[in-house]
Amino acid sequence: MTGRRRRTARLHELPKVWLRHQAQNALAALGRLLRTPLPTLMTVAMLGVAIALPGGLFVVTINIKALAVGWERDAALSVFLVPSVVEADAERLAARLRERRDVAEVRVIGRDEALAEFRAYSGLEDVLAGLPGNPLPVVLSIVPPPAAGDAAALEGLAAALERLPETDLVRHDADWVHRFQALVELAQRGVSILASVLGLALLLIVGNTIRLEIENRRDEIRIQELVGATNAFIRRPFVYAGLWYGLLGGLVACLLVIVGLLLIQAPVSRVASLYQADFPLIGLSLPVLAAMLGIGTLLGYLGSWLAVSWHLRASKPE
Amino acid sequence: MIRFEHVTKRYPARGDALRDVNFALAPGEMVFLTGHSGAGKSTVLKLIGLLERPTRGQIRVAGRDLARLPARRIPYHRREVGMVFQDHRLLVDRTVLDNVSLPLVAAGLGPEEVARRARAALKQVGLLRHEAACPVALSSGEQQRVGIARAIVGRPPLLLADEPTGNLDPDLSWEIMDLFARFNQVGVTLLIATHDIALIRSLPYRTLTLSDGRLVSDAPPRRRR
Repeated sequence: MTGRRRRTARLHELPKVWLRHQAQNALAALGRLLRTPLPTLMTVAMLGVAIALPGGLFVVTINIKALAVGWERDAALSVFLVPSVVEADAERLAARLRERRDVAEVRVIGRDEALAEFRAYSGLEDVLAGLPGNPLPVVLSIVPPPAAGDAAALEGLAAALERLPETDLVRHDADWVHRFQALVELAQRGVSILASVLGLALLLIVGNTIRLEIENRRDEIRIQELVGATNAFIRRPFVYAGLWYGLLGGLVACLLVIVGLLLIQAPVSRVASLYQADFPLIGLSLPVLAAMLGIGTLLGYLGSWLAVSWHLRASKPE
Repeated sequence: MIRFEHVTKRYPARGDALRDVNFALAPGEMVFLTGHSGAGKSTVLKLIGLLERPTRGQIRVAGRDLARLPARRIPYHRREVGMVFQDHRLLVDRTVLDNVSLPLVAAGLGPEEVARRARAALKQVGLLRHEAACPVALSSGEQQRVGIARAIVGRPPLLLADEPTGNLDPDLSWEIMDLFARFNQVGVTLLIATHDIALIRSLPYRTLTLSDGRLVSDAPPRRRR
């Protein structure tokens, strides 16, 4: 074979050789991790906890948010009518209001019904018995349609109801839900900050683990440098080790979150049943699962890449 | 092949390791570099292999100005400079064949070509039968020959050897020098750092002598008797 032919053949082989080299390095890195199971397990567990904590909290906030959305959807507007309005007038007003497009349902709560409810739930039976008459007004409980459930539409409806001559006071039951949602959003922001801090910690854990690995293989790296290995060649096995650490850490994190959700599923159902509600927990969705695995892998890669690059930069001739 | 022009190398802690050194090696030459311990022999080799850069002066190897060679080109320079060390610097947890293959694997050659050329290099140093052994199972002389096979497997035009016979008895030293002479006969340029005066005197090659970082003598090759 002539020199030119041999060179051309080599050029054609390059991608295949490169891919084979990548695969060999990936498998060799995994093999090295498996040969030292205890240290590997400890590092992977540390990474798993670091990823699981923000991941789990994220899933919890998603569940709380879903709960709050349900509460908001069920929240009604309570219209307290002036004392002079009797039940018959209230029924006529209710019929008028049912014709509005931004009203789905109107229930008239008569004075006697309201008093009976108040007596049952307040525990103030003796005090109420001492009153000369029924002090409670007729109340309209108005449920807006689900499609018109945004804040602006509800405010518009509340303002219209307040303008009615029969109205004494309008109370929106969703106000506290909005305050609760604001708190959940604050918690979500906190989870993001925690995730960033733990991401940095993960980077440091992988970086330090790889740094120790580099120390153990310092002679080998030196020899590779002497025989003309490029930085990419030297970096490759360490970067794959970082990738494996990150991926395995992500898997452990997913398992921890899934087990955690399974553990709280029954108590949550019990609490929900006490409130005559059905609340199925939202588990790890595919995008969240992929994000946890992907972020773990990416941070593992970055941590190891930084550690090796740091070492290689320090070993270059001055 | 190699040209040193007013080369000085200063280490912050140790001071000048080389002072205004000038010499040139033509392609195909075989030259001894000698001097007492700390005279600067290893520094000369480190500068040529780009393990260090000169503080002042110019070093050209195969036409390349090493002071200006970007860091990313250093691996490619080292592939053209085979290096042999007194302590062999072998990977003890790999086989002899793996050790010799390393420069070719690092250069991105395919496995078949790597195996063929590594075995050819081992055959040249007479160690083909030990290809599956680990270096620790070999004698010091055999380990040195593995180091030499690794240095020549990439067919570099220049071979540097730092005290290659330092740990060997006289018979083994002769074996190693015989190997070097054979490589030189096929055109490889060799620069061998050694303080083994007896070895130098018994061989007819050109000899550069360093003392306290200065080149104090450049003895031309002697005629074979």
